[in-house]
Amino acid sequence: MATGDLALGQEQGASSARQRVTIDFSIIVATVNGSGSQSANSVLLKSIFGMGIPVSGKNLFPSNIAGLPTWYTIRASKYGYVARKRDSEVLVALNPETAREDVLALPAGGVAIYETNLNLKQYRDDVVCYPVPFDKLTAAICPEAKLRKLVKNMVYVGVAAQLLEIDLELVEKSVRKQFARKQKVFDLNFGAVKAGFDYAASTFTKQDPFHLEPMNSTAGKIIIDGNSACGMGAVFAGVTVVAWYPITPSTSLIEATTDLLRKYRTTPEGKATFAVVQAEDELAAIGMVLGAGWAGARAMTSTSGPGISLMAEFTGLGYYAEIPGVIFDVQRTGPATGMPTRTQQADLLSVAFLSHGDTKNPVLLPANVKECFEFAYAAFDLAERLQTPVFVLSDLDLGMNNWMSEPFTYPEKPLDRGKVLTAEDLNRLGGFARYRDVDGDGIPWRTLPGTRHPKAAYFTRGSGHNDAAGYTEKPDEYQAVMDRLARKFENARKLAPAPVTVKDGTSKIGFLAFGSTDFALRESLDQIKSEYGASVDYMRIRAYPFAHEIHDFVASHERVYVVEQNRDAQLASLLKLDLPAEQAVKLRSILHYNGLPVDARTITEEFATKEGL
Amino acid sequence: MATATPSPKVNHIGLPVIEYRGGKSTLCAGCGHNAISERIIDAMFEMGVEPEHVIKMSGIGCSSKSPAYFMSRSHSFNSVHGRMPSVTTGALVGNHTVQALGVSGDGDTASIGMGQFVHLLRRNLPMIYIIENNGVYGLTKGQFSATADIGSKLKTGVINDLPAIDTCALAIQLGATFVGRSFSGDKKQLLAMLKAAIAHNGTVMLDVISPCVTFNDHEGSTKSYKFLQEHDEAINEIGFVPSFEEIEVDYDSGQVFDVQMHDGSSLRLRKLLEDYDPTNKAGAVRTLMEAQEKGEILTGVFYIDTKKPSFIDLLGLVDEPLATLPESLTRPPKSALSELMTSLQ
Repeated sequence: MATGDLALGQEQGASSARQRVTIDFSIIVATVNGSGSQSANSVLLKSIFGMGIPVSGKNLFPSNIAGLPTWYTIRASKYGYVARKRDSEVLVALNPETAREDVLALPAGGVAIYETNLNLKQYRDDVVCYPVPFDKLTAAICPEAKLRKLVKNMVYVGVAAQLLEIDLELVEKSVRKQFARKQKVFDLNFGAVKAGFDYAASTFTKQDPFHLEPMNSTAGKIIIDGNSACGMGAVFAGVTVVAWYPITPSTSLIEATTDLLRKYRTTPEGKATFAVVQAEDELAAIGMVLGAGWAGARAMTSTSGPGISLMAEFTGLGYYAEIPGVIFDVQRTGPATGMPTRTQQADLLSVAFLSHGDTKNPVLLPANVKECFEFAYAAFDLAERLQTPVFVLSDLDLGMNNWMSEPFTYPEKPLDRGKVLTAEDLNRLGGFARYRDVDGDGIPWRTLPGTRHPKAAYFTRGSGHNDAAGYTEKPDEYQAVMDRLARKFENARKLAPAPVTVKDGTSKIGFLAFGSTDFALRESLDQIKSEYGASVDYMRIRAYPFAHEIHDFVASHERVYVVEQNRDAQLASLLKLDLPAEQAVKLRSILHYNGLPVDARTITEEFATKEGL
Repeated sequence: MATATPSPKVNHIGLPVIEYRGGKSTLCAGCGHNAISERIIDAMFEMGVEPEHVIKMSGIGCSSKSPAYFMSRSHSFNSVHGRMPSVTTGALVGNHTVQALGVSGDGDTASIGMGQFVHLLRRNLPMIYIIENNGVYGLTKGQFSATADIGSKLKTGVINDLPAIDTCALAIQLGATFVGRSFSGDKKQLLAMLKAAIAHNGTVMLDVISPCVTFNDHEGSTKSYKFLQEHDEAINEIGFVPSFEEIEVDYDSGQVFDVQMHDGSSLRLRKLLEDYDPTNKAGAVRTLMEAQEKGEILTGVFYIDTKKPSFIDLLGLVDEPLATLPESLTRPPKSALSELMTSLQ
């Protein structure tokens, strides 16, 4: 991957603003939430994608229904970088409330497209200004006054397309896809795009240095958000019971799952091979998941921080009574209510140890949409194999934003339904002990309710039990079960997704990270190489409990930087619990936790400071 | 001539009653809960329910321990405090071919479990939900629960100054379709009620007053054996004829409320309270509220609706349990993923 092509205005002064910048900048669209800007943003994103350009979109939105400021950033990068860029160079200012602040945030040499009467030129003489009479243009093509607020956004798409040299035909295609089969809606929206395009073409001479040109980097690729990818993974895992309670930012995961279930899991007779239950709260949602998992169904829920806290008691029951279930946690900014529409990676310790007592839970850590899909179905296999609740830890940035990806591959391996004894097995065996380790892997056998055999039943309880599921307060019986549970968890190190060695060469310096931090970290490592000549190693952790390769990676480096998006260095803390003392001291942290997705520049600067470069 | 050992009496599926028994109770001698366990055994035996067909569900508390004391051949789930409804919902959604019997207590239901309890009722989840109601927390040594009557006295002399939650009135109002109250000491009434409950499709909510001999059976308690014997007033006499038995006609029809149950059995409620109509929601709630004002403890079947669809009916599921559907029915084919991938390009 290539290297820090200097972003304009960031490392350079305003004076060199005229240097041509090709496919390496960000667009920021400032609007009001609830104004329908999402469709326009999506059309612009997909039009750029259609040019074959690697692109990523991020929605920075308020926790509000309508009327508050919202921003959408689109990054186009010929190098394939998709992380948030700290500065956006091209501003589309459609929100009068924030316009002044927005234009002041532009780097020198940036671009401002805005409603003429906002007169943003008064604030900056070092940015290129393109004033557009949006309201007038919109009124001309949209006679119906109440639709104008929505349609206005499409006018900006036309203006941006013209100025950034996006083929109008590609925009037309995107608009058509966006409003599939609704010809009237298409006509109105594309009319707006054209009005903006034509206005820009006849009014402006391009003065800014930002250019897009066709590439060939997106052929065959898909665009999807992480929540939809998780939902898709769950459906291809054969999930049958979904119980949930609405919470931002995980709601769209359930919505995507439900849509796919309705489409692909209804029999020709119109019967459902699934059930989606909107529970009364997260306590009930996880209770339903455990009830269904106990009955033998593949069950899931999806939530975010506050919901995770509420699920604590039941998670411990699932761990101790050994009941499978999959819990998606789309992390948002905590603590408490925190910032519901901002991102963070601060639930790691919570989910790893969720519940009182010696509870430990496997956690899968997808870093991109493809892994959202893959880990979603892997989680169901793992939960049934290990008979325990398994967490899939995504985050708002990954979950709610659109990402480019290779298409997902169909899981060829059959479902692993774990160790379940049937009535025939019981005939052969003459009985079973629910919590006995007969195979030496710490994983016992179970039967499902309704199994028609007089010896099938057992008593499931969260109270002290022996290996035959009988109530016990005997020290040795209790401890034997706890020790087996520990062995089972140890076993999970090998069963959960192995870490990915992104680069392991001869460097003394290693990096560890998990989840969506990967996007920015990869870009940062290129910056570190090009700007400081340091070629460092990087391993991405993909699951807890940690695989032994992670120990080896730490052991083979002098210093290991752990990059994560929380204040308290949660991954580093979890690693320190796992590593021998002489290895644990090698860890140092680079942390980012202001609610915005981490960007490469922040990591690079922090690394340089810590290394004294 | 040797005498053959008399073979034990078996029910219509060929099982003797011993196959419905459970482990030895660890509850106090004389605890009302033990009597309820006995009636459950009798009802399941007499109805000929296959034990493997039943799931026993509970929360936390003395009552919630009791599933260990009946029907060892049934799977059982002793969950967390106040959350048995959600676990049962999940279990039944996962496998709707089993029959769920839940045992809860007054604390487990009316305090910590109220949130899930009301939603269970609202959904009309097909299960039998028994509250073993003694008005106190036994395992923590006798604090009042939310079903304790106002003015009732603890052993320590503490008087309850908050009104009791009437779980029956609540259940009727919120959507349960079979609501009754009984007394653990009334063998005949409780057995008939349980048998009818087994035949019902929908939420059966039975509030069974079950005196706590250790913490709430003294003078001044309104949940004691003595108080119940003096104040229990049945609103109807329950006659239940299972589908596999013939109905004998011997009632004066004017005095009887006949209910055809889901499984073809017949429930006959002989009116003891004049003009009481157990299909009238508002009337049922009014009767309960009036009785409470008078300090009477009404028992009997207060409300029944055999037509309302259960939560499982509303889900429109395939006939087989979701839990054991084969992969061919649960994992969409490769073509489905290809189609999705194309749509995202």
